[in-house]
Amino acid sequence: MSILDPTTTTPASVGTTAAASETNSRQNRWHDVCGLDRLTVERGASALVDGRPVALFRLDDDEVLAVDDVDPFWGVPVLSRGLVGCIGGRDTVASPLLKQRFDLRTGACLDDPTVTVAVWPVQVQQGRVAVTPPPSLAGP
Amino acid sequence: MTRHLVVAGHGMVGHRLVEELVEAGGLEGPEAWEVTIVGEESRPAYDRVALSSAFAGAGEDQLTLVADGFFDTPGLRLLVNEAVASVDPQARTATTTTGRVLAYDHLVLATGSRPFVPPLPGKDLPGVFTYRTLDDVEAITAWCAGRRTGVVLGGGLLGLEAANALRLLGLEVHVVEMAPRLMPVQLDDGGAAALRTRIEALGVHVHVGASSQEIEAGPDGAVVGLRLADGTTLAADVCVISAGIRPRDDVARGCGIGLHERGGILVDEACQTSDPAISAIGECAVAAGRVWGLVAPGYKMAAAVADRLTGGDATFEGADLSTKLKLLGIDVASVGESHGPGAVLDDPRSSTYKKIRLDAEGRVIGAVLVGDASSFGDLVQLHRSGAAVEDVLTLLAGTAAPAATGPSALVCSCNSVTTGDLITAIEADGICDLATLKTCTKAGTGCGGCVPTVKVVLERQLAAQGVAVRRGLCEHFPDRTRQDLYDICRIGQVRTLADLLASHGQGRRGCEICKPTVASILASLGGGYVLDGEQAALQDTNDFALANLQRNGTYSVVPRMPGGEVTPRQLMACAEVAEDYDLYVKVTGGQRLDLFGAKLDDLPAIWARLGEAGLESGHAYGKALRTVKSCVGINWCRYGVQDSTEMAKLLELRYRGLRSPHKIKMAVSGCARECAEAQSKDVGVIATEAGWNLYVGGNGGFRPRHADLLAEGLSDAELVRAVDRFLQYYVRTGERLERTAAWIERIEDGIEHVRRVVIDDSLGLGAELEAQMAAHVEGYECEWAATLRQPERLARFQTYVNEGAST
Repeated sequence: MSILDPTTTTPASVGTTAAASETNSRQNRWHDVCGLDRLTVERGASALVDGRPVALFRLDDDEVLAVDDVDPFWGVPVLSRGLVGCIGGRDTVASPLLKQRFDLRTGACLDDPTVTVAVWPVQVQQGRVAVTPPPSLAGP
Repeated sequence: MTRHLVVAGHGMVGHRLVEELVEAGGLEGPEAWEVTIVGEESRPAYDRVALSSAFAGAGEDQLTLVADGFFDTPGLRLLVNEAVASVDPQARTATTTTGRVLAYDHLVLATGSRPFVPPLPGKDLPGVFTYRTLDDVEAITAWCAGRRTGVVLGGGLLGLEAANALRLLGLEVHVVEMAPRLMPVQLDDGGAAALRTRIEALGVHVHVGASSQEIEAGPDGAVVGLRLADGTTLAADVCVISAGIRPRDDVARGCGIGLHERGGILVDEACQTSDPAISAIGECAVAAGRVWGLVAPGYKMAAAVADRLTGGDATFEGADLSTKLKLLGIDVASVGESHGPGAVLDDPRSSTYKKIRLDAEGRVIGAVLVGDASSFGDLVQLHRSGAAVEDVLTLLAGTAAPAATGPSALVCSCNSVTTGDLITAIEADGICDLATLKTCTKAGTGCGGCVPTVKVVLERQLAAQGVAVRRGLCEHFPDRTRQDLYDICRIGQVRTLADLLASHGQGRRGCEICKPTVASILASLGGGYVLDGEQAALQDTNDFALANLQRNGTYSVVPRMPGGEVTPRQLMACAEVAEDYDLYVKVTGGQRLDLFGAKLDDLPAIWARLGEAGLESGHAYGKALRTVKSCVGINWCRYGVQDSTEMAKLLELRYRGLRSPHKIKMAVSGCARECAEAQSKDVGVIATEAGWNLYVGGNGGFRPRHADLLAEGLSDAELVRAVDRFLQYYVRTGERLERTAAWIERIEDGIEHVRRVVIDDSLGLGAELEAQMAAHVEGYECEWAATLRQPERLARFQTYVNEGAST
């Protein structure tokens, strides 16, 4: 399996074949990423989708949430390496750089209301995890 | 109209006067004072009481008493390297040694004292010093370089301080005291005997009842020994005379004001001399019938004069001479009138001596404490309050409840701060932390002995005001500290965060605070490979990658190099991976190499190659032992007295991988010159000829702290045992991200408490702590070796989880 968007021109996609789960609709392209068992419970992992690093988090009930991997405070793709938590009932990740916390469902930064990260919709079907770019990132 | 004040002398007391005056508003308003301070030394006022700490590495900036920018205060002028040479009381002028003429409306003499040098043949030889100023310290230090033995004339307080100084310089030291016991003024025979035993155990030779005949010179004219009256000669390359002090009253003598027949400037209860325009304070003055050779009475005199200069009518009518000291690391205290019969606890096994003297009504009239001065505060309060003691044996044993603390109870005797003063500051100024409280009230800024009491008053008062002092870790453990969780895991055999949350926490999942805390606790308790099972989810980012995340998302790799030793083969392996993976290489402050810029995916391959060369994880990524820095020690260095490098290797290999509340840094120095900077480490070891001295709680970084001396003259085995216990006790009781420095400052009684637990085994934990450390040593495995051994553990070292995505 590989990067599955036929429209992409990133080198990573060259020579790969489209997977069955892929749709060709630009508005709703689901990108198969990996098996659920590749994700450690209560931790994050990064995936490269459309050339963008996405941070995936598997919670303790096997729900998977995803946000942009890039830490908006530093511009470096590391949010996937932060610690997952539950703060005031919100599922969060704390940036490993300067520890700002982000709500994994809304993308809001708990420590700075002016900052958000993009949230990626996630599907988990038959043990596979797939994501789709948020509307703000989807091409026309 | 502005008035002119001249202060002759910028020592501790002179400076305090000026501070008090500024604080009282004496430099403002229509009758403001314009102050000129004339200081003879080359530097502004410093803490003379802590002089011997200069030998232990304290710099001038640590000893200074002058706050930053203090002399920018308008109306203040400090002249250094200049002394008042003469005074004309009729003209009201003071003339300085540079010929400067200063007109005054009021003159304060704060010229202090000078060391008394007995008329001994040879007293002016090169290599003979007195001990009072930082200049003396510098001269002694310079002279002692490369020299082996020293003799101190005088076994009083200052003499023992001087002996400690010579010891810190690596010399073998003799102390010669004419009286039949050490510290004859403060101690009785029993206390002096206990002190002598302890001092001799440190390798210092004590000669009491010995009178000196002559300081002998060698062929080069410098001192080579001290001949005693009994004909014996003590070989010595340096001689420090500390035979008492004499008031410096020369200026007063020259201008005709009243002196005491045995020297010293006579003053009344206002500290005024026979000339109403001249006051005298501190050790140059004879007040209430005597010279007061301690700083606390001097400060009281300064306060009285400052009050009078601003229109008040304060007086000095004497002071309590109760005092608590640490001499050569030994606690020595005396309270009230210490000479005479009393209830005595004299334990030769521990060289601890306590005597408490009660009158017929059971009131404390005096006490002597040697070796354990923990009840000093209580005894001083009982002495001052006049409360009757019900059970003197309990008091002797040191287990009595703290003395009642009414608002008038004196907390800080150096600066005369009462419980009431503290409460006022806390209430009126809203102070809620110890550091600010100390700064604002000056409590605890003298000898520091009252700091634990100040802390208790602060906490009680905050609690009384309803200021919640939340100690809980996070929202998941609102009522549990790290220490609580450690105990729960240890005693209850809890080994997962889920169980801990279910039994003692709130919610089902943790957060970025409690997760790594629990991960660290479980690792400390021997939880095995740190990335197996639930532990993988708990580890901090760095522990999860077994490498240090850097600001650009890459990692740094630090192999362990115990003792800073590295083989050519290992060095080549580092060079090769650095070249192959394009890593930036830097030699760290911890005497090892840091390879920066590694990608997550490359970490296993890099470590496989480093491992082949015999290198293992340096745990730079963990809240764990980092490195044990060392000098080259006895094998190469001309000054080394023990093998510091071997000891550093032994310690590093013993404690490597030990997870703790925060990182742990250590160092071992091969002599008192302290090239490894051990006193800035969590655990610092300094070699002496008598064994290892163990320091703990040092810190560099954001808030530097000098380490406290925990134990002296230890053998290798004793050292390891003490460090075992110390580290495990810290791991057990430290809070999250609390370095040992903050830990020691937080816990009640601080280093004294740690010493009781670690050295005296007062809690009976010694064997258990040692067993825990033995289990750690036994169970240690390099985390990178463990990772590489099992291929399934390598899956997480992949930047992108989607297959085929390349980095």
